[in-house]
Amino acid sequence: MKTNEQPARDESTYSRRTFLKTAGAGLSFAVVFGSWGVKTFSAQGSHAVRASAFGAWVKISTDGSILIYNPAAEMGQGSMTALPVILAEEMDADWSTVRIEHSPIEPDTYGLSWGRGGRGNMMTVGSRAVSGYFTKLRLAGAQIRRVLLDNVARRWNVPVAELTTEPSTVVHAASGRRITYGEIAAFAEAPSELPDIDESQLKSPRDFRLIGHSVPRHDIPSKTDGSARYALDVHVPGMLYGMISRSPVHDGRPASYNEAEVHAMPGITTTVTLDYGVGVIGASVEEVIKARTALKIDWAKGAPAETFDSEASLAAYTDIAGGDRAQGRSIAQQGDAPAALRQAAKRYEADFFADHVYHAQMEPLNAVVSVHEAGDGAEIWIGTQSTSGAKEAAAQVLGIDTARIMLHPCYLGGGMGRRSNSDYLVEAVHLSNAVKRPVKLLWTREDDMQYGQFRPMCLQRLAAGVDARGNVTAWTHCVVGDGGGLLTSGIEIPFYDIPHQHIELCTVSHGVRLKHWRAVGHGFNKFAIEAFLDEIAADQSVDPYQFRRQLMRDAPRALKVLDTVAEMADWGGAVPAGRARGLAFGERSGSLAAGVAEVSLDEASGKIRVHRFWCAVDGGIVVQPENARAQIEGGIVNGLSSALFERITLKDGKVQQSNFHDYPMLRMSDMPEIEVQFVESYEHPSGLGEASLPVTGGAVANAFAALTGKRLRHLPFSPDRVRALTG
Amino acid sequence: MAIAFHVNGEPVSTEAAPDTRLIWILREHLKLTGTKISCGMGVCGACIIHLNGEAVRSCTLPVSAAEGKAVTTIEGLSRDRSHPLQKAWIEEQVPQCGYCQSGQIMQAATLLAANASPTREEIIRHMDGNLCRCGTYGRILRAIERASKEG
Repeated sequence: MKTNEQPARDESTYSRRTFLKTAGAGLSFAVVFGSWGVKTFSAQGSHAVRASAFGAWVKISTDGSILIYNPAAEMGQGSMTALPVILAEEMDADWSTVRIEHSPIEPDTYGLSWGRGGRGNMMTVGSRAVSGYFTKLRLAGAQIRRVLLDNVARRWNVPVAELTTEPSTVVHAASGRRITYGEIAAFAEAPSELPDIDESQLKSPRDFRLIGHSVPRHDIPSKTDGSARYALDVHVPGMLYGMISRSPVHDGRPASYNEAEVHAMPGITTTVTLDYGVGVIGASVEEVIKARTALKIDWAKGAPAETFDSEASLAAYTDIAGGDRAQGRSIAQQGDAPAALRQAAKRYEADFFADHVYHAQMEPLNAVVSVHEAGDGAEIWIGTQSTSGAKEAAAQVLGIDTARIMLHPCYLGGGMGRRSNSDYLVEAVHLSNAVKRPVKLLWTREDDMQYGQFRPMCLQRLAAGVDARGNVTAWTHCVVGDGGGLLTSGIEIPFYDIPHQHIELCTVSHGVRLKHWRAVGHGFNKFAIEAFLDEIAADQSVDPYQFRRQLMRDAPRALKVLDTVAEMADWGGAVPAGRARGLAFGERSGSLAAGVAEVSLDEASGKIRVHRFWCAVDGGIVVQPENARAQIEGGIVNGLSSALFERITLKDGKVQQSNFHDYPMLRMSDMPEIEVQFVESYEHPSGLGEASLPVTGGAVANAFAALTGKRLRHLPFSPDRVRALTG
Repeated sequence: MAIAFHVNGEPVSTEAAPDTRLIWILREHLKLTGTKISCGMGVCGACIIHLNGEAVRSCTLPVSAAEGKAVTTIEGLSRDRSHPLQKAWIEEQVPQCGYCQSGQIMQAATLLAANASPTREEIIRHMDGNLCRCGTYGRILRAIERASKEG
């Protein structure tokens, strides 16, 4: 039986501890949380419960079905299954009866307590969904279970302590009585205040039935028959189509364009001038495509990026890193690194480079927006990592309250960090507002790539000093580039015991668009760190595995991860002829990962082939092991793809690549065999979506060095660069 | 002049301009949105459909090329996810974001139709034109192998 298919208006106007009693026949019982206030309420028939108006986490129907709301974006990472599993675990819900829907967009209720001055934010980024919601959802589940137990205890007049639960059933062992959650829902009353549950009353992880035991992902069946709904699939009555011709140079403004000519084209409703482009709105996609192609726009000169040449700028970063004057902002400082470097028995220095990288999520950006005729409200269909932020962005454009925005979260055809920005929604709001009709805004792949927001290019300058006994005593790392914090994620080395460290950021500004990409700066920082360490180890004639063991001797969790991958790969054992192996370690989102790559080289073409990749991960408690494994696999594939192939360059401020023909990515024929192992742990879960990506670049570069004796120092390791090195 | 063809066994016709790409007819006119647009230039495979049984990229195919022919989309591969590939896709928990998967399945279906027991190398060769940004290639491979055994 299905209830509440259509969420009601998603802004709660009810006080947090509102209490409505369930009554009457055939009603649903709902346990509802708004910032920990429990509410139960009734409705006129079980089909009419409008739980979302109350900010529900869970609704138990008299037929035993249990609806659990998912607060996170589903972009392929599986949160839509993993988060309800956490709640169902402590609730002792029978998983086969659980239904899952997107929660309403109410950050006060469903958000994580960061952003908005601590009031909560519904933003699915940084591998935070499971780790961020874990305890909150466990407590919610335990409180719901306790409400059910209390009701049965009253009904049967037995002490609540004599009651236990099995999946969706309360059991009184002494009398042999059993009652299902659905049956309880028919008579249950909820307290006006939630029962107090603290973390000590939660299940022991050893008793978990669902957490740590994979269930099939909720979204997967619909992703095998075309029924999964992405925003691009939405159709609204009266909907028009919109596309935008954007400035090829960031922040370029349209000075003039052939408005009359385009406006007169078949099917075209209107054109809209935006700050950095011209929008075309019309009755069909094909007519809008033709009209946009016919646009002739004169762009105003003077955008800061219009002289930007990425290759020349990247090469010039060496002057910035080598400057005498300390321009850098200190990121981490320990001991006296300059002095330790001077006193070292041997000094090492190396520069590493990385080019811009594009998100390339398979679903190009898009949104459907319907601004009400009076302009006082809007309805939005969008795939976004930032649902609450999207509502705020739309409200700001229209100058209205977020309560007047109804947002329907759709599946994301990939997020990768690109979809936490609301820029494409703001565009769609402008277009719809211009016609006061629903508009589906489409981005082509060329739009998506050429108006992309890239992982920044950068230079990493590393230096290290080693004492006479071979201990690394000094470490300096300067990252140079545009993008601030995007450049420093993963630049620290918390698991390596090096007494003297100085880590800094030198910022430049090019006026181009930059953005978080999967694992953010960890991709290039961990590559540089791990490749540099490998180089030192080789020069010191120490095995790179043993070299790292020594550095992380006081970090048992990290050591365990490193030892696990060494065992998985039989490190030091036989390697097939013509191949070599490389090792790397990295931490991301609280998780620890170590990887081993086995590579060969086609010398004629310069193409590196990764045959096998082993990855060990400590992510604490793994809520959904099978899906977690898929995330680790995906992170490895993404990481290898970026390390081997991906490169965006800009000239005169314009992106030089336009589609997948000139932005190659990893394909099936490039796939290594992947082996993943999780270190058993009862620690709080940490993020897994990005955990494996940081170790890919270093592992490949180090394997390549073991194979050829040459050091790859520039991401990506494209065939032309490899040939130049081995030539 | 209307262009007439069949989609998933049903006759359809369109008054759209003949150079309109088939994908827009499928997705926006017929509202069969299981077929996905991603690159628009035939290099990623997300838009693959069957035209008279052959895997074709609908993002570059003018609708006029479908005239009189039979188009099958993911919605028509089976009515109830009963195609061996769909079952295997669920069993192997293949999709992540899922956006490329309709194209992957439609591409794989033409392989199994022609070759019930493909080797691993044959699978890779056949599937190499389909991009997956989430990196599900290993699972796609396993799912095709499973479908070829169990289908």
